[in-house]
Amino acid sequence: MSSAAAKKQRPKYLSLPAILFQIRLPLPGRVSILHRVSGALLVMPFAAWALYMLDLSLASEAGFSAIKGYLDLPLVKSGMLLFIWAYSHHLCAGIRYLVLDLNRGIDLRPARASAWAVLVVSLALTAYFGWKLW
Amino acid sequence: MVKRLVVGAHYGLRDWLAQRITAVVMAVYTLILMVAIFRAAPFTYEGWKALFAQGWLRIATLIFAVSLAWHAWVGVRDILMDYIKHDGLRLALQVLTVLLLAGYMGWAIEILWR
Repeated sequence: MSSAAAKKQRPKYLSLPAILFQIRLPLPGRVSILHRVSGALLVMPFAAWALYMLDLSLASEAGFSAIKGYLDLPLVKSGMLLFIWAYSHHLCAGIRYLVLDLNRGIDLRPARASAWAVLVVSLALTAYFGWKLW
Repeated sequence: MVKRLVVGAHYGLRDWLAQRITAVVMAVYTLILMVAIFRAAPFTYEGWKALFAQGWLRIATLIFAVSLAWHAWVGVRDILMDYIKHDGLRLALQVLTVLLLAGYMGWAIEILWR
């Protein structure tokens, strides 16, 4: 009865390739790893990028119009879209974790539903602010 | 059997709590900034400059920057502890992270009080 499960070597920790390619994560798990990925992206490069744009745009009239022209470039707009998604996802997933920390919505069904909500709301926010940008 | 060496006094709880408090601070700032930007429309250089010339927004942005540095430190340290198994490399990356975050803070202060 216990043989197969007991003998199976369990990994001591989960490597990044294992998380990415071997393990089929449930939806809350995907939201969780995206929370990590978006957090890492926000630290580097997006925080530096935001500071760069804030710096130039506040420095002078010329800098302000330079940033406006810069934001018209398709590659920059795509980067901004990813920035907006990372911020939205990190914020929405973060609010979900704060609520979970208060022991609310921790059963399977509401936890799955809120994970869905995080994905949908953050994509909707990205679409809205992306549309504003374009 | 779990062999666990416990060091320090509740610093894990302190970091856990700090990450959540700074998260709330940043979420509130995000809302405030959104409202302020929407109210400052149409989007011109004068309006943008006047927005960040206000003392309260400068202070709020500074509080945001400090919260971000603290929050990001806990988060990045967690990521490094999970994935970087080599002690020396992990320490080097942690030092780089602290320097990067300190640099961000200095840059933010420079932008705000120019």
